Amino acid sequence: MTPLTLTATDARPGPAKPKRTAWVPTLVLVLGSLYCLIPVVWVVIAASKGRSELFSTFTFAPGTGFAANFKELSSYRDGIYWQWMANSLLYAGGGALLSAAVSAGGGYALGRFAFKGREFIFKLMLAGVLVPSIVLTVPQYLLLSKLGLADSYWSMLLPSILSPYGVYLVRIYAAAAVPGELLEAARMDGASEWRIFSRIAVPMMMPGLITVFLFQFVGIWNNFLLPYVMLADDTKFPITLGLYTLLTQGASQPALYTLVIMGCFLAILPLIALFLVIQRFWSLDLLSGSVKA
Amino acid sequence: MSIHRHQFSRRSILAGAAAVGLTGTLAACGGSDDDSGKSSGPVKLTYWAWAPNMDKVAAIWNKKNPDITVTVSKQAAGKDIVSKLITAKKAGNAPDLIQVEYQSLPTLVSNDVLADISKYAKSAKSQFAEGLWAMVTLGTDAVYAIPQDSGPLMFFYREDLFKKHNLTVPATWDDFAKTARAAKKAVPDAYLTTFSANDPGLFAGLAQQAGAKWWTVGDGGKWTVGIDDAATKKVTDFWGGLVQEGAIDNQPMYTPAWSSALNKGTHLGWVSAVWAPGVLISSAPDTKGKWRMAPLPQWSAGEDVTGSWGGSSTGVSTDSKHAEAAAKFATWLNTDAEALAALVKEVSIYPAATKGQSGSVLTAPAFFPNQTDFYDTAAKIAATTAASAWGPNVQVAYDTFSDAFGKASKAKKSAQFDTALATMQSATFTDMKKQGFKVTEA
Repeated sequence: MTPLTLTATDARPGPAKPKRTAWVPTLVLVLGSLYCLIPVVWVVIAASKGRSELFSTFTFAPGTGFAANFKELSSYRDGIYWQWMANSLLYAGGGALLSAAVSAGGGYALGRFAFKGREFIFKLMLAGVLVPSIVLTVPQYLLLSKLGLADSYWSMLLPSILSPYGVYLVRIYAAAAVPGELLEAARMDGASEWRIFSRIAVPMMMPGLITVFLFQFVGIWNNFLLPYVMLADDTKFPITLGLYTLLTQGASQPALYTLVIMGCFLAILPLIALFLVIQRFWSLDLLSGSVKA
Repeated sequence: MSIHRHQFSRRSILAGAAAVGLTGTLAACGGSDDDSGKSSGPVKLTYWAWAPNMDKVAAIWNKKNPDITVTVSKQAAGKDIVSKLITAKKAGNAPDLIQVEYQSLPTLVSNDVLADISKYAKSAKSQFAEGLWAMVTLGTDAVYAIPQDSGPLMFFYREDLFKKHNLTVPATWDDFAKTARAAKKAVPDAYLTTFSANDPGLFAGLAQQAGAKWWTVGDGGKWTVGIDDAATKKVTDFWGGLVQEGAIDNQPMYTPAWSSALNKGTHLGWVSAVWAPGVLISSAPDTKGKWRMAPLPQWSAGEDVTGSWGGSSTGVSTDSKHAEAAAKFATWLNTDAEALAALVKEVSIYPAATKGQSGSVLTAPAFFPNQTDFYDTAAKIAATTAASAWGPNVQVAYDTFSDAFGKASKAKKSAQFDTALATMQSATFTDMKKQGFKVTEA
């Protein structure tokens, strides 16, 4: 299969039409993928350039400094970059896990139980989706300061736990993918509500929960403002903030471009790995379900 | 205290947050907590700084002073650390020690972030040039920080290319314009330098050399904003004219394109400060040994004055419970011979303390092997630095500069440079008024 030809015919036998290439959609897709991939390619190539090559050689010509950049970044301030990487993993991984768990419980309850005030709570959640988290950052900082939690690992984890969008998504997903009949049957068999939730509902909602997990993971991984406001101790910084301190060292200090680019390159690797690993759980989506129509 | 605002105000930094009222009194901060420093156990101080390797200098102190431990936390520089400090102060979380650029001092003092440490640090005065010390007292009896480094402006040029194209090193700004034109003629695709709308600090330094006083405070705390004064107009017209006729470039500095121009030699010079060698190492790595430093061109022949770009100080925050210990560290850091040597070696700064500007520590920068008397010349130039005059909303003026002058230099119209200066003046004045300062226009 060549990537450039998208044929209009499919596998089904039919009147033999001449194979015609659909040029317009192909072109749009190719342009779209170039648009998305070129910055990544740039980061990979720029990460291989030494200090003298970075601004002088052709943009897409690979350099010779990859190993040297890696070594220099690893030894910068006794390897604080890896501390930042570990912090980012903790904030993003922990935050996304907690958030997925809360979304699972909240979304399932809102989607599968009828109780007083349900619609009110749900609408409140929807309103929460509309409020950008950036607006909440400073109030959250002042609040956590009052609790003495500013500049701690909790100051990064607590604000990430509740994701209104996640709850919303799981509610919709639970309503669609977890049939009421199944829950009824389980209750008839005497299963407790917790057992029904943990053994029946959660596995069925898994694709939705994975989506929530990924959204939150990427969101926290890329977040800049929250750590910027919350954290003062540079050993607790995530990668985003840490690399920023390498770039802004005042006019009198050169920005460490080569290190920052290498740092960016390494920072996208966990995201790529995560998507590759989790992809297989995702495609279950439409096939999963246990009640036959 | 004269320089504080007098009304309730709202900071843009805290958009969305409950605006916290700022009391106009700074008074004697740190006075009540002095005794706690003498209690048992080591005093632990946190220090926000952005200069690289500051932790290594603090380690020397920690080794010698087991009763006062300083932990450095590296932050982003410039306006980032200022807005972060103001936010932290609202929550009572400001660190004990802070690295502050000189132009940010009034902002932080008026937001009650910096404590008056005159009680502990007055004796340090004799270690610094008068102009530098005036910057940390803000012209009052208080002392808000100890000067750390300074950045006297100088002119850097490619010695080899100047020789090759028969260009003269300018002594006055008139000569500078002539050299710029001659350079353009000799090498059509090259420029002497560029006018960067991204660097308000440099423009402020050039105005300072011409005698500008952007902010002044009189009796009763009444401020005067004079950004569009005659001196600054002169500087604006000069650079606007050069940009309009195409004698110099109009692209911003500190971009990859700029670095590449320095490295390739399509920029033949750079108006910069004493710390320029450190920037050139990474921006123009292929040009080692090809640069030379000269005093900044003067407005009239025979004059001897320069401005400054950058430079910072060490302050103590009002949230610190150990103001005395913190002031002791700040004084040691910026006046002790061993500390100064470490600052030069590890942090590669140009010390503000007079005794740090001479002596064996400051050997010629490795990037300038052809100019062995680099720091002797630098010390002479540093002594001619004009006094600066900063106000409590420097960031507003700086942001307006980047915006308005950015458009003007893009359009390459000298007339727009004048309009941009007027915009800078009115935006700064209006903002101070809105913040509740008593203020007039010059």
